[in-house]
Amino acid sequence: MTYRSFSFVLIAFLNLSAYTVTTAKSSNKKKTVARKKTGKGSSGSDINASLSPEEKRELYRTMVRIRRFEERSLKSYTQEGKIGGFLHLYIGQESVAVGSISLMEENDHVITAYRDHGHALAVGMTMKECMAELYGRATGCSKGKGGSMHFFAPEKRYWGGHGIVGGQTPLGAGLAYALKYKGLKGCCLCYLGDGAINQGAYHESLNLAALWNLPVVYIIENNHYSMGTSQKRSSAGSPLAKRAEGYNMDWEVVDGSHIYNVRKACDVAMKRAREESRPTILEIQTYRYRGHSVADANDKKYRTKEEIQKYMNERDPINVFKQTLIEEKVLTEEDADQISKEARDEANESADFANESPYIDEKEILTDVYWESDHDRDEIQKGRIFFNDDF
Amino acid sequence: MPSITYRKALNDALAEELERDENVVIIGEEVAEYNGAYKVTEGLHARFGDKRVVDAPISEAGFIGMGIGASMLGVRPVMELMFWSFAYVAFDQIINNAASVRYMAGGTINCPIVIRGPANGGTNVGATHSHTPENFIANTPGLKVVCPATAYDAKGLMKTAIRDNDPVYVMENTLLYGQKWEVPEEEYTIPLGVADIKKEGSDISLIAHGRAVITSLEAARILEEEDGIKAEVVDLRSIRPLDEEAIVKSVQKTNRAVIVEENKPFCGVGAQIASLLQYQAFDYLDAPIERVSAIDAPQIYAKPLEDIQIPDAARVVAAARRIL
Repeated sequence: MTYRSFSFVLIAFLNLSAYTVTTAKSSNKKKTVARKKTGKGSSGSDINASLSPEEKRELYRTMVRIRRFEERSLKSYTQEGKIGGFLHLYIGQESVAVGSISLMEENDHVITAYRDHGHALAVGMTMKECMAELYGRATGCSKGKGGSMHFFAPEKRYWGGHGIVGGQTPLGAGLAYALKYKGLKGCCLCYLGDGAINQGAYHESLNLAALWNLPVVYIIENNHYSMGTSQKRSSAGSPLAKRAEGYNMDWEVVDGSHIYNVRKACDVAMKRAREESRPTILEIQTYRYRGHSVADANDKKYRTKEEIQKYMNERDPINVFKQTLIEEKVLTEEDADQISKEARDEANESADFANESPYIDEKEILTDVYWESDHDRDEIQKGRIFFNDDF
Repeated sequence: MPSITYRKALNDALAEELERDENVVIIGEEVAEYNGAYKVTEGLHARFGDKRVVDAPISEAGFIGMGIGASMLGVRPVMELMFWSFAYVAFDQIINNAASVRYMAGGTINCPIVIRGPANGGTNVGATHSHTPENFIANTPGLKVVCPATAYDAKGLMKTAIRDNDPVYVMENTLLYGQKWEVPEEEYTIPLGVADIKKEGSDISLIAHGRAVITSLEAARILEEEDGIKAEVVDLRSIRPLDEEAIVKSVQKTNRAVIVEENKPFCGVGAQIASLLQYQAFDYLDAPIERVSAIDAPQIYAKPLEDIQIPDAARVVAAARRIL
């Protein structure tokens, strides 16, 4: 199959699935629930119906803030040369992080992969600390020690930002294990890309999560490309979440173009985790407009411009939600413009802040390596722990 | 003072720490109902129950990674690897996650996890089950590695490892599990990074870790009986952190050094010690530093040949005689 013909199939699939949500229980009783076309603009379930107008505008604002932040970071990377290394943009996928994280309660935790800026802003990290981390500065969330792929905010129950595909999936099970061990009613949202589902660590995590009834929700953000390799060329079987059946886990496929769909499915899965301590796999269909990373030189070769454009025109999660909110009369075009402008200003300010921030002192290369070295507990640790003779 | 096995010393350490801190949990393959593949955890499941002593499926990347994740939230998992050789399927978790997460999070996270299990050859099981990865681990900033040689050290180091707020990887030895040493009944701990002079001497330093310490003690006995040489045996106990002061002090006294390890030689712990000695004890050395390591090939299965591959006292004695 050529890329072009595959793209056609993909678009056809996405359109077909525009208003459908496929669900399945751990048994083989798979069913397809059709959603009314008008349902796209309606709240669709209690979890969305109970949102106040201000809460709805806040969801919209967070998605817009993520996009403006990333657009600004792209400028810093490509035009200004201020950001190095990798920059994996989340543009097009904002509904997934914002929708799911909006349902977090006090004992819920988040862990994700390297496309992590959206989740960071969604949990409440500031643009400034995130942008400064991209710039590698002391004011960054990790003081410039982590970078784009490794944002952290444990005080907001956000545990990264992990660079190795699938490597975070056992950690997500572990956060859930800790909740259960301590008798806390909460859950862990563990995100991964569609490319990660073929990693062994993910399958080992699924087995443990199901075997030990861990309160974890694995959210596959299916943007259909594992770097430059399409889903068809990398993953056997479809839908991807169906692999849950091998582990006797609940699963669902969700159209992620509308944040209400994301929230509805996540609400069920998160309650299942908190109330019944059972895991779920959600496969949320989404799309990224940019390359795998900014350094992805073949971005336009493994898919067509038309495919990207069609998604942007018809299924952009920000536009889709804006239309809904306008129909619901909780937002006007002017409001939307104002939100966009404020987000752009905030992003520009964060870039200025990052640019003006210092790097950490070179002596601090050797801090934050060991807790014990940072705290100097003599009864635990003596001897030499760092080994340069000339530093 | 009672004499107990290395295995029992570890078992006592685990039991005492399970008793002391409710966040300590033991997870591993066959650690609970089976009582441990090498019986290190014997009786712990019966005493502490399902929550504290947990059988894991054969799934090292999964359960080790899970333990690391749980440790970020304050659980203190003590993970058993049936063999350290099995760590290799979990290397991403062991290296990328456990070692790096604190750093990448700017010091806001720590992982108080222990990974323990035997890391040795000499058991006639071939290459895949005979790895000694202390050098791999010690090469990674963020990790600590200890290699106890006696029951006394095994207990004291294990207790400290569990109380340490960083990842500490404890490498034991199946050939030592059944051997007995005197261990006090009262509670004690041993700080990481403190070497132990297992035998004092004035003529040559035999510097070793793990079971190579026992081999070195035997070599020291032979050198004394046959050559009248008084060898000092320095047991590193902990590879990272490393007690450089003890190593340098011993060589300043004896002016000669043989570094003994059961690991393969290239980029091994001995290379680091040799580098240290040439830098900090250059003027004290009266002869080149000798290294005795496992013969540099994958671990051989055939027992008589494997016994040759791993350093024995005769090879240590021969190395010492070359520089005396």
